[in-house]
Amino acid sequence: MTALLDMDRLLDDLEAGLRQKLEERGVTAPALIGIRTGGVWLADVMSKRLDLKEPWGELDISFYRDDFSRIGLNPKVKPSSLPFSTEDRDIILIDDVIMSGRTIRAAMNEIFDYGRPASIILATLVDLGARELPVQPDVTGRVLALQSHQRVKLRGPDPLHIELQETGK
Amino acid sequence: MTVNDPSSTSLQLTDDGQLRHFLTLDGLNRALLTEILDTADSFIEVGERSIKKVPLLRGRTVVNLFFESSTRTRSTFELAAKRLSADVLNLDINTSATSKGESLSDTLLNLEAMASDMFVVRHSQSGAPHFIAESVTPGVAIINAGDGRHAHPTQAMLDMLTIRQHKGGFEGLKVAIVGDVLHSRVARSQIRALNELGAAEVRVIAPATLLPRDVESLGCTVEYDMARGMKDLDVVIMLRLQKERMEGALLPSEREFYRLYGLSQEKLALADPGCIVMHPGPINRGVEIESAVADGPQSVILNQVTNGIAIRMAVMSMAMGGQMADRNRKLAGRAQA
Repeated sequence: MTALLDMDRLLDDLEAGLRQKLEERGVTAPALIGIRTGGVWLADVMSKRLDLKEPWGELDISFYRDDFSRIGLNPKVKPSSLPFSTEDRDIILIDDVIMSGRTIRAAMNEIFDYGRPASIILATLVDLGARELPVQPDVTGRVLALQSHQRVKLRGPDPLHIELQETGK
Repeated sequence: MTVNDPSSTSLQLTDDGQLRHFLTLDGLNRALLTEILDTADSFIEVGERSIKKVPLLRGRTVVNLFFESSTRTRSTFELAAKRLSADVLNLDINTSATSKGESLSDTLLNLEAMASDMFVVRHSQSGAPHFIAESVTPGVAIINAGDGRHAHPTQAMLDMLTIRQHKGGFEGLKVAIVGDVLHSRVARSQIRALNELGAAEVRVIAPATLLPRDVESLGCTVEYDMARGMKDLDVVIMLRLQKERMEGALLPSEREFYRLYGLSQEKLALADPGCIVMHPGPINRGVEIESAVADGPQSVILNQVTNGIAIRMAVMSMAMGGQMADRNRKLAGRAQA
């Protein structure tokens, strides 16, 4: 497990995948958006690695979550901040972990409220499977198969590392 | 109903401490008030987007139930609900069935039958929103938009948001509330919020005839002389002279009031140079405040209006979310039993 989750290797793989995807799509000036909190740390790292000149944006998807009618509003919501218009831009959307796909659904809805992007590339550091919606990452650092009681969480920002959590069930 | 009614706390909070009605600031602690301010900060950002809407209250029906006229409060509540994607019904009660003799309870039953999810209530009687919250169907949230002389909690919270934006926080702040405190529900809520959030001093500055009895018990000091009261102030909040509520000879004349308690440039110069000027509106120029001050560089009066939308989005979404979470918890509990 530890070897699988070597952070430098994960980030190398994510960077290589992103470079390849950008080239395939012919995208030269992407706008990078991280989903709070883990995705924002990754946006910071990837922005430097990809040598992007523009500041990255951060999304807090609390206002777009589909479980508001079940659990109410997230008490720790923070403002989203996109220092660019998304209209006609090629976006890289980045998050630490993808599982059900619900976070990405919410994030894409939010991005469209800032303008209609030309395209979105989805990058996730870890893919845990267990999808509930038809949302797939274009680039991922590693696909992991966990036991049903296990979760992973990105800790950071310095140093970034992945923590394996046992949920006790 | 007394100002510090303990039953408000259990009424407006769920067992888990989430907001489910917003009736008064009494019983709400600093953490919850801060959560409201932080949530409002996120809604300010939504107001700056090209699409100023989020889907939180999509499919919900919000009824603005105004038994007393209002322009700013009603329109900002309406805009707040629409930016949360709710459907909004504005009920002008003067042209409605109450004037044909229908009782408040019957009006409410009819509105509930239209599957309303939230009532935003303004009423000239203190305690009316509290009364409605006690009798309404579970799951329906009540927001107080001003009741009698009792409370105007969203106004006080938008004022706190404005102060925090300009001053960074409340620690060490000296704040004065000037003018017609007697008739002001806003002042009562402001004093409560400022004390809970940790302001160093809350002063009221007014003639004795425009102060409620035992005003100090609200948590403030009293100053009758404005020149003395302005000293070292970080924030001065002017109140509107509520001429429509004046009974008897509370004031010698408006001109006399302005001379003694109106905020002129000369009087403002006595405060801290960074002092901000606030007013809940509508302003009476030349009665409480000089035009040059209302429109001047220290005035944040129009920021207050913008912040009003964000604060109302925050309390509406928090209360609706609390109601829905509460209902789910109870359903889950029943399923388990």
